[in-house]
Amino acid sequence: MDAELKREIIMENYTHPTNRRRVEDKDYIKVNTRNASCIDNIDIYIKFNNNKIEDITFEGEACAISISATSVMINNLIGKTIDEAREYINNFYLMSEGKTYDEEILGEANCYSDIYKQGNRKTCATLPFRGLEKAILERLK
Amino acid sequence: MNREDFPLLKQDIIYLDNSATSLKPQCVIDKMNDYYTNYSANAHRGDYDLSFRVDKEYEEARELVRDFINAKELEEIVFTSGATESLNMIVNGFFANLLEAGDEVLITTSEHASNVLPWFRLVKKLGIVVNYIPLDDNYYVTMDNVKKAVTNKTKVISLAGITNVIGDARPIREIASYAHSNNIFMVVDGAQMVPHVKVDVQDLDIDFLAFSGHKMCGPTGVGVLYGKKELLEHLEPINLGGGMNESFDSPDEVYLKPLPIRLEAGTQNIAGVIGLGEAIKYLNKIGMDKIIDYEHNLRKYLIDKLIMLKHIDIINVESDSGIVAFNVNKIFSQDVAYYLNKYNICVRAGNHCAKILKSSVGVTNTVRVSLYFYNTMEEIDNLVELLSDYDKILKEMI
Repeated sequence: MDAELKREIIMENYTHPTNRRRVEDKDYIKVNTRNASCIDNIDIYIKFNNNKIEDITFEGEACAISISATSVMINNLIGKTIDEAREYINNFYLMSEGKTYDEEILGEANCYSDIYKQGNRKTCATLPFRGLEKAILERLK
Repeated sequence: MNREDFPLLKQDIIYLDNSATSLKPQCVIDKMNDYYTNYSANAHRGDYDLSFRVDKEYEEARELVRDFINAKELEEIVFTSGATESLNMIVNGFFANLLEAGDEVLITTSEHASNVLPWFRLVKKLGIVVNYIPLDDNYYVTMDNVKKAVTNKTKVISLAGITNVIGDARPIREIASYAHSNNIFMVVDGAQMVPHVKVDVQDLDIDFLAFSGHKMCGPTGVGVLYGKKELLEHLEPINLGGGMNESFDSPDEVYLKPLPIRLEAGTQNIAGVIGLGEAIKYLNKIGMDKIIDYEHNLRKYLIDKLIMLKHIDIINVESDSGIVAFNVNKIFSQDVAYYLNKYNICVRAGNHCAKILKSSVGVTNTVRVSLYFYNTMEEIDNLVELLSDYDKILKEMI
């Protein structure tokens, strides 16, 4: 993925993020996710249907990387099973550590493939995924 | 001014985060190195020459602090790990033993967490009440608002001398005078004040003052608790242990040393204390009046330029210190900080530990530029030039 396309995906998802809205519906699990070292603070709302992710929305205050990564996550994980989501999250973490990962699985999230070089922004990109992991754990409880 | 004294400034860096911590001049670094290299014995164990020298340097630093804030007595100067510890000692060692359920403590929404959370704990523990002096339209504390907030239950007013987001200076002398005429204690968080303006605790007539070394060219991990002697005598040590006791034979026979050693249990941050003493010598040499004048001029220079930029919203056009808080239209503060970092400019983004301020200002996060005497107009020109191009910020913030 070239630098210009990466930039475009990030900016498009930042300025027009998918499903940025609060939901008041008890079928959704709400998790808060934030970074200890910076000021990103996002609420994520997830609706599961059996072992499938039926819907994800979010609201919060965060930087361009966190907001766009949340939007990208939502674009890619609605409709996926919990196992598929976990595989996706694990590959995202591997990418954010600069390790070998499955590019095909991540799709447009490859726009963050250089994030591991920017120590202070790695946590911004992984923020929504840590939130989703929390929700999955809660679901499986 | 005095840029040549700061080794870090030899790097290609524009450091504008001085409210978080200041840079260290070579003389402070050398002074601490000298301790670690040439006489790194313990203090108050003066049976041999090395240790005697430690005592001498350590107590000289105390005298330098006393003189710097014009405390009456040497015993009124207690070394701590920083303003946070000092404030916690004041609240937990003194006021926790004095206040009762229903007693009121007045703070404001622009206090640093260190001057909020210790009081919040007493709310939970003792049932005291924390009330807020309302801020005016410029987020300032006025005497009128202080008087309106005081009730016959008010026992303490605890305020930052200068705040760390807005940079406003409070009329501490007037507030202290009003407080005392109503039998109210006056606590001052001096973390952002002592490094920038001349503070005279006798002239201000405050009961307690807390400040940190690292924001005033000194090392991290060292700070000061000042208290009027008659009050400090009643401050119960939070830490008990070596160095601070006279003798102990049983729980009923514990005898503590006099002030200030009683409040400095365990081996202290000796290099830090000595380094802080050197930092004070250094600031004295420049002159505190010169420092604040310089900062005022520099801030005005920055504000006059920033105010011309339509896409910048300045939170505190008015301020008494070198702090400017702002936001760039529709761009998250952290993205602005990240963009500036690409050009080696260090600024802070966030809520600056004043989390309850958002209720007054209406914004949660800001970009904060905080100046000190070694910053220059050229640095500000660089900053403003980068901030003036909105499209460039948008393009390069990720």
